[in-house]
Amino acid sequence: MFQWFHRLASLKNFYRLAEIITPWLTVICAGLLAVGLYRGLVVAPTDYEQGESYRIIYVHVPSAWMSMFIYMVIAFCSAIYLIWKMKLADIVAQVSAPMGAAFTFLALSTGSLWGKPMWGTWWEWDARLTSELILLFLYIGYMALRNALDSPAAGAKAAAILALVGVVNIPIIHYSVEWWNTLHQPASITKFDTPSIHISMLIPLLLMALGFKLFYLVNMLSKTRSVILEREASTSWVRSRLQENKL
Amino acid sequence: MIKSFIAVLRRDLLVAARRRSDWLNPLVFYVIVVTLFPLGIGPDGDLLRQIAPGVLWVAALLATLLAIEGLFRSDYDDGSLEQLVLSGQPLTVLVLAKVLAHWLITGLPLLLLSPLMAIILQLNLTSIPALLASLLLGTLTLSLIGAIGAALTVSLRRGGVLLALLILPLFIPVLIFGSSAVIAAEGGFAVEGQLSLLGALCLLAVAFAPLAIAASLRIIWE
Repeated sequence: MFQWFHRLASLKNFYRLAEIITPWLTVICAGLLAVGLYRGLVVAPTDYEQGESYRIIYVHVPSAWMSMFIYMVIAFCSAIYLIWKMKLADIVAQVSAPMGAAFTFLALSTGSLWGKPMWGTWWEWDARLTSELILLFLYIGYMALRNALDSPAAGAKAAAILALVGVVNIPIIHYSVEWWNTLHQPASITKFDTPSIHISMLIPLLLMALGFKLFYLVNMLSKTRSVILEREASTSWVRSRLQENKL
Repeated sequence: MIKSFIAVLRRDLLVAARRRSDWLNPLVFYVIVVTLFPLGIGPDGDLLRQIAPGVLWVAALLATLLAIEGLFRSDYDDGSLEQLVLSGQPLTVLVLAKVLAHWLITGLPLLLLSPLMAIILQLNLTSIPALLASLLLGTLTLSLIGAIGAALTVSLRRGGVLLALLILPLFIPVLIFGSSAVIAAEGGFAVEGQLSLLGALCLLAVAFAPLAIAASLRIIWE
């Protein structure tokens, strides 16, 4: 059962696989984003409460989902790395962190842009915005720790432990912030997020979410490939490919 | 196992008793930070009473952060930390003893000093039991979480700022429940809920933090 796992874990095989699927994923991703943006920004109806400015959710919500999803990917890869010492998992965690931080930043800044017309302020101590901000701090700490340690191996392991500590804490932080928020802000701000969303608005949102996931995947794969080349620079398969000029 | 736990605890307490600055400095830091707030905001008693729970808690949190950096530092420098890792005794138990000793010499004095700080911030005397209970559970949790960061950064020459970056986000739940317990006590409400949550966090930290601390220390000598 673990055979495919081991085969995939070999950096050379993974490089080959990533090389084959990346162009396909890129095309699908571009298609999804184009259709999602068109349906979200042009086709979807105007919201009767929020007007046109609600359309920022087509960027905001997928980024927020990605910010959490990528942290989970990092934590998952860190666990695999600590348990089975699988190098590939460490590389994936390493290249994912800056992207996760970027998505978190995107979610925060679009949330703030949305907040100005909706709440009348750039920043509201809303539970979800606050959790995103803390998530950004966690990402920054993760990257800083990895870069601070002298040996890459020690940095990888320390960062993996930190990611696991963080993933245990994320739900606790999230619920404590939510509880804090309801405690300190008794419904003074109007909640716009109705639980139901019309299907014509939901479909572009899901298309965008899928597009963002593929965007991450494409970038993660290409960055992973370059890190693999860097780490395996002295191996024969990289050298022979270099000579054939096929990288 | 219990023997080695007690041995480490005794040794660390003894070392601390002979090196006063280790535990005295964070304490003085705590007092000064609390003093800065009235100076920065103004001597208005009502305003101070309102912000007192948050100020006391943030100051306690920063003092813990300052103190925790030294948890493994001198032991790392003189090699005794390496001996602990190599000793063959369960490292989780040893680090738990170290954290407990550290809390006894930094957390406990801070706890004892906090009623005084509460009084100078005009906090009602009736909220002091809640403050003490929340700090008791909270600072223990903070020490355990902070020790993970201290273990991850002990091999760095200048780990202080990085340590703050790593562990301050993880301190947030403790801060929220701790200060809200004091706020609730100020308003005359029940504080059992907040204290139970703090207790739960503390138990969680006692159970899991030693594993993370031990794993982080092992990396250094791999």
